[in-house]
Amino acid sequence: MNGVHDMGGMDGFGKVEPEPNEPMFHADWESRVLAMVRAMGAAGAFNIDTSRFYRETLPPDVYLSSSYYKKWFLGLEEMLIEKGYLTRDEVAAGHAMQPAKALKHGKFDLSQVERVMVRGKFGRTAPAPAKFNIGDKVRAKNIHPATHTRLPRYVRGHVGVVELNHGCHVFPDSAAMELGENPQWLYTVVFEGRDLWGEDGDPTLKVSIDAFEPYLDPAS
Amino acid sequence: MSEHHHDHDHDHSELSETELRVRALETILTEKGYVEPAALDAIIQAYETKIGPHNGARVVAKAWTDPAFKAALLEDGSKAIGTLGHVSRVGDHLVVVENTPERHNMVVCTLCSCYPWEMLGLPPVWYKASPYRSRAVKDPRGVLADFDVTLPEDIEIRVWDSTAETRFLVLPMRPEGTEGWSEEQLADLVTRDSMIGTGFPKTPGAPS
Repeated sequence: MNGVHDMGGMDGFGKVEPEPNEPMFHADWESRVLAMVRAMGAAGAFNIDTSRFYRETLPPDVYLSSSYYKKWFLGLEEMLIEKGYLTRDEVAAGHAMQPAKALKHGKFDLSQVERVMVRGKFGRTAPAPAKFNIGDKVRAKNIHPATHTRLPRYVRGHVGVVELNHGCHVFPDSAAMELGENPQWLYTVVFEGRDLWGEDGDPTLKVSIDAFEPYLDPAS
Repeated sequence: MSEHHHDHDHDHSELSETELRVRALETILTEKGYVEPAALDAIIQAYETKIGPHNGARVVAKAWTDPAFKAALLEDGSKAIGTLGHVSRVGDHLVVVENTPERHNMVVCTLCSCYPWEMLGLPPVWYKASPYRSRAVKDPRGVLADFDVTLPEDIEIRVWDSTAETRFLVLPMRPEGTEGWSEEQLADLVTRDSMIGTGFPKTPGAPS
């Protein structure tokens, strides 16, 4: 979706402000939100792409004015409500009032913690041979799906070169909508900065994205 | 947050709206039997104690001292790091990209906040915030200036936008004047930002 989250190349956000001796969390609630997101994801309430999609669908003004973990919290709450794990009445009351919905992997307890500290695996068996080879020229499709996609706007319509092939991975556009993993080949595609940003662009710049095969057309 | 606050729901006057809402959500998830609060505590403790840039620093220092390991690391980051017993939780799809006198690498996630947690710990606020995400792919030299980093004008800048589950780690150049240093000594020079590409390793002898 063409949301405010897709901000590569936008102007006006100001300077980057590194914070000396930044703490890991700026408030205790941030750590609780992080833990709840990891736990409910591991319990099978949602996948990583669905959780990203819920954050992206926050109203633009809310997205831009909320801190990082606030966005995580708002996305988590809405996602759990919409998927039937809790109700708006329960959120308003601050207590459980309805029977629980079964979780795919069961309750998240202490025995599960080790598991979430290892990154998930996203590589899958290839259903078909790769269409593109390293060195091929490809054009990022000019597509504007209203649902989740990982093809950023700033490369759409531009030609780049396939540099790496990462194998077949879970396709976020499908997984986010709970339409299955639909594995697709994943490539690193590198673009010349001036192709993306025009004559005024930095002549020494190259930018790559990781692009799933359905995002790409052959280019000569 | 004190234990007092954790145990007394009536004491709302000192809590922000966000704190109240987060606490309410945890109460509901707990009452419904979805999560065990002690398991949430354990997740947080693991992030606070086990993961952090010290993991990445050890990998970089080993690459600086062991050419065979460096070659393996650049060939397949996940596999090479998996051979080090002490940093084994890297997960799949870690790609290590090498800085050279001709090329400087920088990592960003323009769409959200993708970042190699296992190597660098949780990302800093600036990495996840709009200025960095919007500008890194268009004006990387301007972004580097915000970090007081200046590169030669003719050096190529390569920005890696983490738009999938691949994670990228920058292998910075080994500082001069470190001949004969041990891996442990070298690891102390490796900063988090040098492994994102927004900084350099520390200089030997400079005040830290």
